[in-house]
Order: sequence, then C-alpha cells, then structure tokens
Amino acid sequence: MHPAFSVIFFTTASGAGYGLLALLALFGVTGLLPLDTLLGFVAFALSLGLIGAGLLSSMLHLGHPERFLHALTQWRTSWLAREGVIAIATFVPAGLFGIGWVFFNSASGLFAWMAALAAVMAATTVFMTSMIYASLKPIRQWHNGFVPPAYLVLGAMTGAVLLVLVSSLFGVFNPVFALLALALLAAGWVLKAAYWRHIDSSRSQSTLGTATGLDKFGEVRLLEMPHTEENFLMREMGFQVARKHAAKLRLIVHAALFLVPLAVMALLLWLPLGPVAIFFVALAAAGSTVLGVVTERWLFFGEATHTSMLYYGRTM
Amino acid sequence: MTSLPQSPGQKRLGLVIDLDTCVGCHACATNCKEWNTSGHSAPLTDLNAYQAEQRGVWFNRVFTYEAGGQGDNARTVHFPKNCLHCEFPACVTVCPTGASYKRAEDGIVLVNADICIGCKLCSWACSYGAREYDEDQGVMKKCTLCIDKIYNENLPEADRVPACVATCPAKARHFGDFADPDSHVSRLTRERGGFDLMPETGYQPTSKYLPPRPGAKPLSAAEVKLPTPEGKRDSAGKFLRWVDAVLSR
Repeated sequence: MHPAFSVIFFTTASGAGYGLLALLALFGVTGLLPLDTLLGFVAFALSLGLIGAGLLSSMLHLGHPERFLHALTQWRTSWLAREGVIAIATFVPAGLFGIGWVFFNSASGLFAWMAALAAVMAATTVFMTSMIYASLKPIRQWHNGFVPPAYLVLGAMTGAVLLVLVSSLFGVFNPVFALLALALLAAGWVLKAAYWRHIDSSRSQSTLGTATGLDKFGEVRLLEMPHTEENFLMREMGFQVARKHAAKLRLIVHAALFLVPLAVMALLLWLPLGPVAIFFVALAAAGSTVLGVVTERWLFFGEATHTSMLYYGRTM
Repeated sequence: MTSLPQSPGQKRLGLVIDLDTCVGCHACATNCKEWNTSGHSAPLTDLNAYQAEQRGVWFNRVFTYEAGGQGDNARTVHFPKNCLHCEFPACVTVCPTGASYKRAEDGIVLVNADICIGCKLCSWACSYGAREYDEDQGVMKKCTLCIDKIYNENLPEADRVPACVATCPAKARHFGDFADPDSHVSRLTRERGGFDLMPETGYQPTSKYLPPRPGAKPLSAAEVKLPTPEGKRDSAGKFLRWVDAVLSR
C-alpha cells in the first residue's frame, strides 16, 4: 500500500499524543507529577498539539477536506467515522483536565474524573484507528490480531518516552516513568517481532487462481495487462519500494524504535545522572523514537499487499 | 447510509461474464468509458491523455491470462473485470460519510459524489480493485451498472442494458436480475456453472463468471497420421514419381 506521508504523520503523532495524554492523567491524578502551571502548559501543548496536528494532517490526503463533517455520520458501520467522532470528543475531557492542571493546579474531584475519561477515550481513539486497518480483509498484513495491540502499545510507548523528556525538562523526572517506558518498549518490541514473524510466515488465502476462478484448470499466469501505464490501483495498492528494502528498514526500527530508547531507559534507571544529563539522554531517546516510529509506520503501509494486485500478476 | 439494506431487495441486478466467448477486444471497456464519461459519475477524467504517464478513470478493464500451465489443457482467457455489486460490500460499510451506498431496491452499489470526501478507504476495502479515484475531482468513482441507461425511459426497451453488455460483439456479457430464478442470468449461471471471484472474501459478489468450456482436444497420433505416398497405390505412386522426375528434367 502506498505510504501517504499525511497518514504516517497522523497515526504516529496522534498515537504519541494520546499516549502522553493518558500518562499525564495517570501521573497527574496519582501525584507523581507536580501540578505545576508551566509543566502542565508544555505537556498539554505537546500532547494536544500532536493530536491536533495529526488530525489536521490526516485531512490533507482527502480529496475534499472541507466536507469532513460528513465523515462523522456513519459511526454505525465505519471505524473511520467512529475514530473521527471519538477523536473530536476526547478534546472535551482532555481540555477540562488541562484547564484544571494549568489554571487551578488541581487534578482532583471533577478534574480527576475528566482525567480518567480523557485516558479511556485516548486509548479508545487509538484502538479505533487500528481497527480502520485491521478490518480490511483484502490486506493480510493489516487484517490480523497483532495490529490493534501494536497500535495501542506503540502509542503508549512513544507517549512514555515523551513523558520522560518533558519531566526531565522540568527537573521532575521520576524513575517510575523510565520503568514504565522500559516495560512498554519491551512489550512493543515483542509485539512487532511477533507481527513480522506472522506476516512473513502466513500467506494470503487468495491467489490469482481464486481471483479469476481459473484455478480448476491449473496454474494461472498473467499474459497481458489491460493497459500499458500504471493506473490508480497500481499506484495506491501496488507500492513496492518498502518491500524491496524491508529487511534494512526493519533493522532501523529494531535499533531506533526499541534498542536505543530501551538502553536509555535502563541508563536512567541504573546510573545516577544529574538533571542536565538526564534531559540530554531523554532527548536522544525521543529523537531515536521519532525516527523509529516513522520508519515503523512507513513499513506498516509499504509492506502491506492488496488482493486486487493479484489481477496484475503480483503475489501476496 | 453505509448500513447495508436490512433485507435483500426485490431485484438483485448484475452481470454474467462468459469467459468462454470473450475475445478480449476491449469494446466493453471502451463503450463503458464513452457512456459513463457523460453519465451518472461524469466525467471519467483522464490525466496526461496525450503524453507519457497517462492515467485515468476506467470502470472496466480487460486482462488476459494463461490458465492450465504449459500442457494440452493450457488456454488463453480474456478476463474483463468491473464492480461485482457484492451482497456484502465492505466498500460501503467502511465509508465514513454515507457517500458509498447499496441500493435496497436493486442492489446496485453507488457513490454519492456530492458528499464523498475522497479518503479512498472504500478502494482499500474492495478485494477486487473495482473502485477508481478521480484525482482531478477528488472523489471516488465506480461502475454504476449504467444506472442512467438501464432505467432510462427515453431509450427503446431493448437498449436499457449496461453499455458494456450492449456493445459486446461476442455476446459474452449478460445483464439481468439474479433474484429471479428464471431470468436469463440465473439460468446461465445454473446451466454453465457460473462462479464467484474470490469467494473467500465473504463479500458474495452478485455478478458471476462462466468458465471456459473444455477446449478442442488435440488430435491423437493415430488421427494425425496422414496418407503417405506408400500404401495401396504404392506402385502408381512410384510410377507417377518417375513421370514427374522425367518431366522435370
């Protein structure tokens, strides 16, 4: 599948933004983060900014972005509509939770309820995003049980790395943040490794034989294309660059998204570092995570194959 | 509304495509383009039409396959493909706007271009690659089963069939109502073993394909043996050959 930059940015940025939002709720309410005005302002600006920028970016690849309100109407059947509705609705509890933190330095009472609601809705939104992909039968690399947990864990994981960075910026780093990030990074690594094993070992049920119904005669092969140039389907569904370099790109993901941030979190946990050193290693971890998660998402699209390409002589 | 109709409609319109008689002339694709570029989903935009990297919207594309490997059973099969107007079309249910819908009365799957946001998700959900995005207009387009032709009372009744069916010189395309067990298309499907493409999707395509009939068997070695100059008239043969040789000097 063609990896549109707008969708890669949307899924990674909003995933990290929702992850950070949920963790702010967890640590704000439990008192592990001080309800400081400036910290709150920066943290919420980063979280809601990433979510907002992601949502705006997701509209960039639309043919008619001005009609986006229509996209909220079909929540009965469409995961995309469900995601749109809940993504917008999440701004209400998230905004109130942020107002409580920044203006009233409070995360109790109503604000605690808003925090809890924001965290649950953040997770739900990321789950809805994952289901847009996981519900598509023609794409076996998406239509499997690894996709929703991977989206959820990667969102929480990238949010945790951001939390370590923001807390270290304000000198309120707590080893619990690094420990949580470490656990999420490990879980994410296991999930992605399992996902790749799965897509490498499974095959599509569909073949050119079932696609044409000519399998009863024996082997089927494409003799002539319908046309000489590439059409919309071949450019959208038949993207091949990522698959060509899949092995190298997976190595980059293993290193940048998992190994480097894991090493940094271990360092933060077991080495007595000063506040400045903590900030700079946290920054390195965040930079590495950004590179890693964008590559991971690019591969998620690039490695995906679509059954319609069987008709064009491709294998699944 | 992207919810599917609660119960199948009175009619289930679709096509039967006969892979035995299709000659791969592309007339269906051409006439489809011609009719539909001024029809319900007009225009079927072409970009770079007169230079390299041409691309454009087509509802119907004709492939050619070789089936049966290399042996005596091998055959060339021309294979036109367009929307199959599935009973359970995922392209409809994934649509966030309600632009994609399946008509309750006849099962035709259509796009309302006025509210389509051009997110392309429906094209991802279609296993068959039947939907095509119009880059110029920013909306998704697809086969309408010539909805503006089959119900057009300004046309003589005989002409109220999809353009691809009307134009096919080999009569390889048939249009009709699959809900009626006695319709032409239902009978063809029954009698000729009509089948679904990719039945494993569960989308249950309405339109069916008819398999190629068994090919003419190649002659056996005994049948291939031609009369030789040697045989009963052997002596006459020798004589004539001698005459021929003498006269040719």
